[in-house]
Parts: sequence; C-alpha cells; structure tokens
Amino acid sequence: MLNVTDLNVHYGKIHAIKGVSFEVNEGEIVTLIGANGAGKTTILQTISGLLKPTEGSITFNGENVSKMPAHQIPEKGIAHVPEGRRIFADMTVHENLMMGAYIRNDKEEIENDLERIFLNFPRLKERYKQIAGTLSGGEQQMLAMGRALMTRPKLILLDEPSMGLAPLLVDEIFNMIQTINSAGTTVLLVEQNANKALHIANRAYVLETGRIKLSGSAKDLMANPEVQQAYLGG
Amino acid sequence: MDKNKRRAYIINTIAIVTLYLAFFILIQTKTMNKYFIGIAILTCIMIIMAMSLNIVAGFLGEMALGHAGFMAIGAYSSASFSIALFNSGIILPDLVVLILAMIVGGMVAGIFGILIGTPTLRLRGDYLGIVTIGFSEIIRIFFINFQPTGGAAGLKGITKLVNFNNVYWITIVIAILIFTFGRSKHGRAIISIREDEIASESAGVPTTRYKVLAFSLAAFFAGLGGALYAHYIAFLEPSKFNFMFSIEMFVIVVLGGLGSLTGSIISAIVLTTLPEMLRGFAQYRLLVYSLVLIIMMIFRPQGIFGRTEFSLTGAIDLLILRKNTKKSVDGGKS
Repeated sequence: MLNVTDLNVHYGKIHAIKGVSFEVNEGEIVTLIGANGAGKTTILQTISGLLKPTEGSITFNGENVSKMPAHQIPEKGIAHVPEGRRIFADMTVHENLMMGAYIRNDKEEIENDLERIFLNFPRLKERYKQIAGTLSGGEQQMLAMGRALMTRPKLILLDEPSMGLAPLLVDEIFNMIQTINSAGTTVLLVEQNANKALHIANRAYVLETGRIKLSGSAKDLMANPEVQQAYLGG
Repeated sequence: MDKNKRRAYIINTIAIVTLYLAFFILIQTKTMNKYFIGIAILTCIMIIMAMSLNIVAGFLGEMALGHAGFMAIGAYSSASFSIALFNSGIILPDLVVLILAMIVGGMVAGIFGILIGTPTLRLRGDYLGIVTIGFSEIIRIFFINFQPTGGAAGLKGITKLVNFNNVYWITIVIAILIFTFGRSKHGRAIISIREDEIASESAGVPTTRYKVLAFSLAAFFAGLGGALYAHYIAFLEPSKFNFMFSIEMFVIVVLGGLGSLTGSIISAIVLTTLPEMLRGFAQYRLLVYSLVLIIMMIFRPQGIFGRTEFSLTGAIDLLILRKNTKKSVDGGKS
C-alpha cells in the first residue's frame, strides 16, 4: 500500500534520513520505533508532505506522492495525527471534527461518520460543544485521532499518540488504535513506548540516527535481545 | 437546535429594526442634529472597516497594519467611477450609483489585496506588519502625487450619496455577509490556519490560497468602506489614509477582541463616538484614547469579547428570563 524507497531528507545541511526504505501493507499495523532524534517524526512528516525528500520516492497505492503539497495528501487517503496532537485549541470539539471533514462534501456521510466517531470516543460526544483547548491530554489525543478519521483515511499516520499521557489512558489509546485498525484502516505508528507499540503491531522497523537498523515481525523484534536491551528496558 | 436558530433570527431582526426605528425617529424629530447623524454614519463606516480587518487580524490571526491603504484604493476608485458616471450624463438613481461605485471600489481593492497578499503572505507576524505598513504608505504617497485624482490637494466634486438610511442597511448587509462567511466551511478553514497551520494543512486545507482569500476579502470589504466614506465626505485627501488611521482600525479590532465580530462592532461604536464626545477636551483626546488602550491591555488583553461572539439571545436568556444557559457562540447583534 505504502512504499518508501531510499528516502533521504535534509534539514538544511543536516542529513536527517539517510536512505530509508520500508513498506506498509494494507490492513497492517506497522510501527517505527527508535530513540529521540532517530528520524521517526521526520519520516511521517515527509509522507504527509509537510517535508520534502531530497531523494527517494514515496508511493501510495502505486501513485508517487513524494512531491505532492501537504494539503493534497488527505485526498489520497493518508491522514496524519501529528506529534503533540495539534488540535485547533480555540475551536469547539465539533468544529475540530468538521475541519477533519474539510476535504469532503458529502453532508449526510459526514454526519454518519461523526456518529461513528462518537461511538468510538464517547467522551468526545460529551464534550461536543466544548472548546478543544480545555480538554485533557487524553481527550485531545482522541480528538486529534477523530479529526484524522473524519477524512476517511485508508492509512493513518500516528505520531507518538501516547506522549504525555497517564498509563491508563495510554492503554485506552492503544485499544483505540486496534479498533481503528480492525475497522479497516491501515496504521503506521511511531512510538517511543516501544513495548506497547510492539504489542499491537504486526511488523516493526527500528530506526537509529536516520537509518533502519532492524526490521521484522513485531514478535521477533520483541524477542530480539538487542531490541530488548535498547528499547524495552530489558 | 433549529428552533433556537429561528428564535435567534427573530430576536436579532427585531433588534436591528428597532435600532433603525429609534434612529429614524430621532432624526425625524430633529432630536439628532446633522453633527450627530454624521457621527453615526462615520461609525457605520468604521464598523465595516473593523469587521473587514478582523478577517485578517482576527480570523487569520495575521498582523495587517495597512488597512487604510485598501480603504484609500476603494475610496479613490469608487469616487473616480461615480464622477465619470455623472460626467457621462447617464442618470441613475442615487442608490444604484452608490452600489455600483461600491462594487468598483471593493473589486479594485480586492484585486490589490490579491496582488499584495500573494507575495507577502509567506511572511508572518511582525514582518508582515511592516510590509503592510510599507504598502499603505506607498498608496498614500501615490495619491499625493497622482494628479488625475487631485494629488495632494484632494479629490473634489464627489456627489454625496450616503445618508444614514442607506449606510445603516448596507452595514447590516455587510455584517451579515462577514458573519456568515466566518461560520462557513471557508471561514472555519481560515480560523484553523490561525490555530495551527500545520494541522490545518494536514487536514487538507490549501493554506496559501486561504491566506490570500482572507487578505483579499478583507481588502474588498475595506474597499466598500472606502467607497462609502468617499461618497459621504464627498472630498478625499490622501493624508486621511495615513499610518495612524491604519493603527486606529487595528486598535478597534484588538480592543473588541481578535476574531470577535460583535466585539469589533461595539468597539468601533465606542472608539468612534468617544473621541467625538470628548471634543470638549480636544487636546486630551488622544491621551484618553491611549489610556483606554493601556488599561484594556493590562486588564483584558483578549479584548472585550475575546474570541467569542456576543449573543443577543443569550443575553436575553440571562438577564430577562434568568435562564442559566452556557455562553453560546450563536446569534449576534449587529
């Protein structure tokens, strides 16, 4: 579904991503794990068009999307839940979700999708008219995910969804990710919480300073002593 | 939900008509003399200017300090148009001429909005502020030196077409247009850029296009305001559209609350009438004005209404019916 080949990204003179290749198949949960500064967020931002690669290609369902401006990416079926949630703080929960549906014009279907999202995230329904900036961190994360789902994505890019959340909420968020996935959306997940990420993922890639160091099924990687040592605190 | 909406419509319509009738009676019974009518008309024009500036400063959240420039473009182009129309001998009803002149003024200003917005909107914050100041100064100096519109001596011979009746209703229409725009999908897209440009882009909003749209719409409505001004004062001089005038409009918007149209309206009323009321102490006017600003920014930096809209229905619920409804963002008095 998503094929990234030989991706190179620079920030000015800094070579952040050095020839990364990976793929995400339809229906999977794939996770990129790695330490701070490994380039996880950069890769997601490049896929969603916010950064431009200096070399390499990103194809989504056979179409090259690496040169597309960021605002055209959602129409292709890729939704990005950015790091730090980036909800529209001064808008209501409802307006935030409607911004997710910005690219769509099918009013009735939008209403249906709203209902569906409220089923998945009942807390958002309770806070429907509330200003989004006043939500708790976990609720904001749910809102950011709900907003992304409103674009009806085929692939959802999640950047550190568990960041700064209480352990109970982290579990809840990871359950949500599985629910979203089982409803038919492919997930590319970036996490520092490697343990949790590997538990729900099918496959994983380990990034280190802009290169892929290891890859394989989530189970194998969890058993890998190197990974255990470096990322699972074992 | 729908019932509430209808109620809000009815209440706001009643308020608009009542306000109009009040003025009508005051004018007819000569309780309000020419001087006060003049202030009322200028207030309406300033309301349009403040609301239009709020599209850029409030909705888009960008610093635009050259609004007087767009107003000047609208004023001069509409006045040139109406003068040419009268000279050509075509006789049309006053209101038609005024509306045509407004459309010309608005369009020309809007086109300049696109021309200036496209290259400059990649700048942000204070940088954009400086560029817009530069732009409006260029406009002013252009008109000082441009002899066909009278140069520094000013443009004379504009027919006075604006009176309280038509300016009141034009202001109402423009207010409704800007309100509706702010609540539309496109208005929301512009607000989302202010909130978080990256998230907005990720949601599929073509941010550059919307920035230019906001900028040129603001310029368009400023052009309408300029056209009204030209056909009320009937005399244009470039020095009117100086930097201080841009600042004055920016202050109105900030004081009313960036992003709050009702705030802009009320603040425009207060800040336009207040200096007139203080005419007695002419030399202290600017002092009081500045003091109001300082006090306001210390105690209420978000402006009178912040980013919320004043709701007449909400106020009625609260004051008369004593219903404790939550502060709503619905409705709005114009």
